[in-house]
Amino acid sequence: MSDSKPIIELRHVDKSFGPFQALTDINFSVRPGERVVVCGPSGSGKSTMIRCINQLETHDAGSITVDGIELGDDTSDIRAVRQEVGMVFQQFNLFPHLTVLENLTIGPIRVRKMGKAAAEALARNYLERVHIPEQADKYPSQLSGGQQQRVAIARSLCMEPRIMLFDEPTSALDPEMIGEVLEVMVELANTGMTMVCVTHEMGFARRVADTMVFMEGGRIVEVAPPEEFFTNPKSNRARMFLDQILEH
Amino acid sequence: MRQKRFKLHWLDYVIAAVVIAFAAVIWFRISGALNYKWQWDRIPNYILRWDADDGRWYANLLLQGLINTIRIALYSSVLALVLGTVLGIARTANNLAIRMLARTYLEVLRNIPPVVVVFIFFFFLSEQLISALNMESWARGIARQDDIAVWEFFFGDMRRFPSLISGVIVLALFESAFVGEIVRAGIQSVGRGQREAARSIGMTWVDEMRFIVLPQALRRVLPPMSNQFISLVKDSSIISLISVQELTYKTVELVASTRMIFEAWITTACLYFILCFGLSLLFRRLETSAPKH
Repeated sequence: MSDSKPIIELRHVDKSFGPFQALTDINFSVRPGERVVVCGPSGSGKSTMIRCINQLETHDAGSITVDGIELGDDTSDIRAVRQEVGMVFQQFNLFPHLTVLENLTIGPIRVRKMGKAAAEALARNYLERVHIPEQADKYPSQLSGGQQQRVAIARSLCMEPRIMLFDEPTSALDPEMIGEVLEVMVELANTGMTMVCVTHEMGFARRVADTMVFMEGGRIVEVAPPEEFFTNPKSNRARMFLDQILEH
Repeated sequence: MRQKRFKLHWLDYVIAAVVIAFAAVIWFRISGALNYKWQWDRIPNYILRWDADDGRWYANLLLQGLINTIRIALYSSVLALVLGTVLGIARTANNLAIRMLARTYLEVLRNIPPVVVVFIFFFFLSEQLISALNMESWARGIARQDDIAVWEFFFGDMRRFPSLISGVIVLALFESAFVGEIVRAGIQSVGRGQREAARSIGMTWVDEMRFIVLPQALRRVLPPMSNQFISLVKDSSIISLISVQELTYKTVELVASTRMIFEAWITTACLYFILCFGLSLLFRRLETSAPKH
């Protein structure tokens, strides 16, 4: 497995917000098709790290290479990478003034310059994939949280990205809606999509992850396959963290 | 609620009595002490005039003025909206120089009385822009053409076109400062998540603004924006000072030639009131019927 070239590579990445050091010397790579779950206590830099991958946050030092493009100041490079990297947010961030269908087609039409009919066909296809084809003409505010998050996943997929980033996709959801979103994510994982998920859903992590990454205090503390990570974590901190969240 | 609204309290009678007494005193002072001769019967003629020779109605001074006021308000509000949107965007720009430039423009315009702004801009405009574009002769040329009716529908008397345009520009420049602040507030009210979502699908900054931020921002600022538009209608009276032939200017003319100070100004006040209050009712209705998404 280690012979395939990484599709995402972070080397010695540092990032600070004013005096607060959010990321320290992050070294991390993801192979095509690999499914990585990032976990760790809040404030450990998980979100900041995946937001650096599509440059919603800029890194201060080190290098980030995505799909062969090294991310720097060139905005067209960054846009090119963003087209290949879908992102799902904790708060969904659907566009409230657009219908579900318009939310899905705006990317293909405006960014990919796709025709309207083709974009709508694509959008309906992905709505089918996230099991809500009947909601196409509603506005986001008319949907439940779980449905909104599935629309958000479909919106990212409409850009036909090579990589999907999930930033705590189920944290803002009511408990009864978490299942439907995770189900869609598992299905997506089964298609071979490269995924990096920040999540506290350890059941999901066990089911789909190839690699677990544990972060604390802006550093990557442990990288391990899930079976090893869950049964016999090397670091004390990971063990404590797992004890805390698996208890319930 | 409804029952309570129409129930009169003793205080209501007292207040009504005071108001009526006050109005009566004013009326008495004007007609008695000033020895003012009311000539209300002559006013309608200055709104609509019947031409017996032609056998048709003509808009006279006051109606001409009102129509011109409406034209000016429409054109300058469109221009102010465009300028104000640019300013609002500039106010939220990442670039410091752009932000400071926009801020300076806004602060200067907001802290100078409109009359002063009007005079400064007008003399610059009329001296530079109007003559540079050779607008005077162009407008006179139009005035001799066959399709003059179309031009006059939009711009009134074409010989007055340069003055109308200067008025529109001056008013728009002034109002754009306020529109800019409203737009800025609207843009800032659109959550960071919206912009990140737009960026994360690879949108350019322009597309992000055009399709995601501005549609939401402008919808949200509709109420203050309609107030600003009503202010603009009222502020348009200021450009009478630079001889733009709008309602206030026409009223000044009317008073100068007929001496009907109170009748003319009260009529003009009523016309402004009807226009602005009508607009405010219209906007209120639009706001309640607008989709909430």
